[in-house]
Amino acid sequence: MSGITFTYKIEGGDFVNAGKASSEIKRTLKQLNVAQKTIRRVVVSLYEAEVNIVAHAHRGNIDVAINSENISIILKDEGPGIKDIDKAMEVGFSTASPSVISMGFGAGMGLPNMKKNSDYLNVESEVGVGTTVTIKVALIE
Amino acid sequence: MVVNDIVKKLNLKVFNKNADLNLEVKGGFVGDLLSHVMGNSDEGQVWLTVQTHKNVLAIASLNDLSAIVLIDNQQPDSKMLEAAEEEGIPVLGSDKSAFHLGGELFGLLEISS
Repeated sequence: MSGITFTYKIEGGDFVNAGKASSEIKRTLKQLNVAQKTIRRVVVSLYEAEVNIVAHAHRGNIDVAINSENISIILKDEGPGIKDIDKAMEVGFSTASPSVISMGFGAGMGLPNMKKNSDYLNVESEVGVGTTVTIKVALIE
Repeated sequence: MVVNDIVKKLNLKVFNKNADLNLEVKGGFVGDLLSHVMGNSDEGQVWLTVQTHKNVLAIASLNDLSAIVLIDNQQPDSKMLEAAEEEGIPVLGSDKSAFHLGGELFGLLEISS
């Protein structure tokens, strides 16, 4: 199977469209007959990462590459960046705004969910510039 | 057991006209923290929540949940209802609390399993 790539643009604050990338990638992986459990891990990781851009950044791009062995997702945003990445990885730590929290987001579970559901997670960030998150999930056992 | 069975037995309101009431109900999940639901709910579950915005539909769709039940008389907002009409995932409502309704649903599923 040759590689497939997708690119999405995400606008900060656009909660109405949050999850569109996740939904399309889910559909694609289903068509490729990827195991249900694996699709689930990809979708949880991607959705959390998508919501993070919407909740925290000004805008961002998602680049997804799928080949026969794995899916690689790079989410690059322009935004406030993350001061302390180790702290951000802790369950329960959140810098979300009250309005985001009132929607049920911002419980400090996003990055931990991504870590738990991916085979590789890397977060690089520069305060005042933005954050780049790389997620990889193996598609075959 | 399908969604229509629980609609009748638990006396639930159906908010969206094109709701697919034939989806199979395999279990239930109660939660209002969206990441908790995203990370822990399973395909075929009915989700009891107080959250009433469009992202609830996104999560239900991504996790293949069979229905959303808004508890304590909560009403879906217009964007949530629009998304529900598009997706066909049933958005249901009850005047009962999550504790009460969850207990009844558990009882129904225990009997049918």
